Amino acid sequence: MKKDSEKNIVRRIIFIIFTIFIGVSFFLNFTPGEVIAGNFASYALNMLKIVPFVFILIGLFDVWIDKKTIQKHLGKDGGMKSFFWVFILAAPMAGGLLPALPIGYELHRKGARYTVVLAFLGAVSIGRVPMILFESTFLGWKFSLVRLIVSIPLVLLTAGVIGRHFDKTGYKLPKDEE
Amino acid sequence: MNIIYIVTALAVLLSLIVSREKTKKALIIGAKKLWKITGPFVSVIIGVSIVLYLVPNEVLSEILGGEHNVFSTLIASILGSVTVMPGPIVYPLCKILVDQGVAYNVVAVFSTTLMMVGLITFPMEKAYFGTKFAVLRNLVGYFISITISIAFIFIQGWFL
Repeated sequence: MKKDSEKNIVRRIIFIIFTIFIGVSFFLNFTPGEVIAGNFASYALNMLKIVPFVFILIGLFDVWIDKKTIQKHLGKDGGMKSFFWVFILAAPMAGGLLPALPIGYELHRKGARYTVVLAFLGAVSIGRVPMILFESTFLGWKFSLVRLIVSIPLVLLTAGVIGRHFDKTGYKLPKDEE
Repeated sequence: MNIIYIVTALAVLLSLIVSREKTKKALIIGAKKLWKITGPFVSVIIGVSIVLYLVPNEVLSEILGGEHNVFSTLIASILGSVTVMPGPIVYPLCKILVDQGVAYNVVAVFSTTLMMVGLITFPMEKAYFGTKFAVLRNLVGYFISITISIAFIFIQGWFL
């Protein structure tokens, strides 16, 4: 617990220094500071548009979805169809890996096996529909097609190998112990 | 982008119809979990905003457009691994790079490492999944990206 509060203090100090730096930059018209502030604002806004909704869904998921359902479909006896569900779940995700981390964690908490959690995180990074739409618009559908054909089997294969190792050795997540 | 709003709105509505109590509980749980990660989240965003400043587009196209494909691929994979960029920025940028003559396999490794490997997001990933999990997932993501890049080398003559 102590380690956690120390981390929070470090974060708070970083945040305060960052805020002062941005404030001073605007006051002195220091361009790098102004550019960084702009980057911060646009990325934060981007995340703000997605993350709160992700957490509303996580809350609903927590309350409504029975652990048994997840264990049955995404647990150790879920079989191959687990991966189908994982890609369905990942496809509409917006915002990339960052908002997907807490979702992957919730899946684990509700009894999904590690193979499935890894496949989900992989699917989010390679197979999100909003991302593919952007990609194919700018780089052409052939580019997206090749990338998907190569990456989907690799994601499934690696998720299978590493996930099975974690499942067999009974890997514990840091938050499991709390 | 809009689908998450529609899904969330429908889910909340459905939940409200079935049980007000449970919906209230769900929203409180969601808010608590969100509050817990706000600190790490803000740190990540600070990191991203600084990295985006340090690696502007012009520098990027200069470095990636070099003569040596293998060298450019390596640089692109490293840049893609340390930075995080939202999709609406990444793909227009990739298009610019392609127009400037950067090879498809370099663009592919850059965009894939951006999505799969994240040094800036690593602390958050570690907090959720532990060091071993986070290290392995990122390493695997890196090798998948390199494999994709190699695949692009083979097809970029006749398919793309």
